[in-house]
Amino acid sequence: MKRRDFIQKTAASATLLTLGGLSLSSFTTNNVKKITVLHTNDTHSHIDPFPANDPKNPNMGGVARRAAIVEQIRREEENVLLLDAGDIFQGTPYFNYYGGELEFKLMSMMKYDLATIGNHDFDNGVDGLLAQMPHAEFDFVSANYDFKNTVLDTFIKPYKIFKKAGLKIGVFGLGVELQGLVDVKLYKETKYNNPIEVAQDMSRILKEDEKCDIVICLSHLGFNYKNDLEKASDINLARKTKNIDLIIGGHTHTFLDKPVIEKNIEGKEVLINQVGCYGINLGRIDFYLDSEKNVAAAGGKKIII
Amino acid sequence: MVNVKKSALVLKHFVLILTLIVFGSNCSAQLVISKIEAKQININEKSYSLAEYNAYISPYRTHIDNELNTILAVCPETLDKSKGQWQSNIGDFLADATLEKTSPFFKKRENLDIDICILNHGGIRAILPQGDVTTRTAFEIMPFENTTVVVALIGEQIAEFVDYFIKEKKPHPISGITFTINTENKAADIMVGQKPLDLTKTYYVVTSDYLSNGGDNMNFFKKNTKTYDLEYKLRNILIDYFKDVDTIPITKKIKVTQIKQ
Repeated sequence: MKRRDFIQKTAASATLLTLGGLSLSSFTTNNVKKITVLHTNDTHSHIDPFPANDPKNPNMGGVARRAAIVEQIRREEENVLLLDAGDIFQGTPYFNYYGGELEFKLMSMMKYDLATIGNHDFDNGVDGLLAQMPHAEFDFVSANYDFKNTVLDTFIKPYKIFKKAGLKIGVFGLGVELQGLVDVKLYKETKYNNPIEVAQDMSRILKEDEKCDIVICLSHLGFNYKNDLEKASDINLARKTKNIDLIIGGHTHTFLDKPVIEKNIEGKEVLINQVGCYGINLGRIDFYLDSEKNVAAAGGKKIII
Repeated sequence: MVNVKKSALVLKHFVLILTLIVFGSNCSAQLVISKIEAKQININEKSYSLAEYNAYISPYRTHIDNELNTILAVCPETLDKSKGQWQSNIGDFLADATLEKTSPFFKKRENLDIDICILNHGGIRAILPQGDVTTRTAFEIMPFENTTVVVALIGEQIAEFVDYFIKEKKPHPISGITFTINTENKAADIMVGQKPLDLTKTYYVVTSDYLSNGGDNMNFFKKNTKTYDLEYKLRNILIDYFKDVDTIPITKKIKVTQIKQ
């Protein structure tokens, strides 16, 4: 009896020792953690690829291809987030006939984690968006649209925190001003709040209160407005806030040669990316996290674009 | 036996201590971003497609294709919004067709005549290509779900529209109204139908619900005395119009005349 007891205990201890030893060695030698963020914006119901004779984007895009690329990356990477920066709706008859049902179903199949609300996502009104919610197996975030007095209240949260590889990744959403852009009878009593002020609050909550390791903004504000530099845009957002690591943009259908690095209010680097529109491109951002000591020894954070 | 038991106990404690050390050090060492790598992956014919997605999409596609590929009319030449400074041929066509389709409808419902049609240049989303015109063409030109609204405006606001038009320098589609831009870049000879604009008279303007609510900063629409929602989508007007005609009529009517210095 005692002997069996002993064997059991030793076996258990040995297992614990092995586990303990493993985490100890991984801590001292290789403690780098990696998070892969994939993103789209302004896909505008472009489910099929552009035809070969399209004058602008021949053979580009296509959901079935995007799904294959995402699947391949998921096979290679352990910690993947798939995000969309809004304007999922409107642009092909798939939307006119089915109201966004197929768009949401396909995004659910691809295991999108999160999306924000673009102005065209109101094209069938707040009721039209609500009607498609059952087809979306992913969440929506918008921090500066107040949906309290609409049917969308409780369906859209300001932010969501993901836990991957022991890390906390906080993602909040921002939307463009609706007045003059979207018919009021579509957005009804959705209240638009100043996105820069809201972002200052959000980044504080996510970084300081929630202690997130990575803070991401999913923005449908637009990249930059050359004729109205004061208008809320991703560039202004980056400059006037702190604690945001990455802004994933949309709305302006901006094709960037490469992601843009801006300095925030504290002089720290913020990465901004937007991948055009219509599912022509998929953005990929890989975050590597290490101990403060190692990062300092290596001369600080490096951004490779 | 006692010795063995003792060593097991020590071992257990050792593991516990070890675990605490590891746990403790993990807690104190908050990780920070060491490196970010960013790139863009172009999706094109080089990427393979997942068959299960194509199979999933297929029934939706077939249903839409059957409806959209129906040929409704023929267009003798390509109509394009990027051609023309103050008027585009596609804009002229759309505004004329909208006025033509909504007038009898409004007359029957309200016993009033529509005088003018005002649409927006930005709302035209594709060309009307030469050749077969299908339901798909209508969807491409008018993908939005906008409906038509008739707005009662005083002549003064019509003059405001003309000023807006000249200032915007965009060939917004118009019908039922003509005017001249004089050498001082001001409006002159504004005619509604065949008569000069009367600044105090009420005119009935058909437009989209989007513009009637001040879209594209057409704020003069908000000064209306009354609006009538026709609940007739712009795209359906277009589809119905295509069904009515065999060949798209091309008018070369001058609506806006600019006097150059």
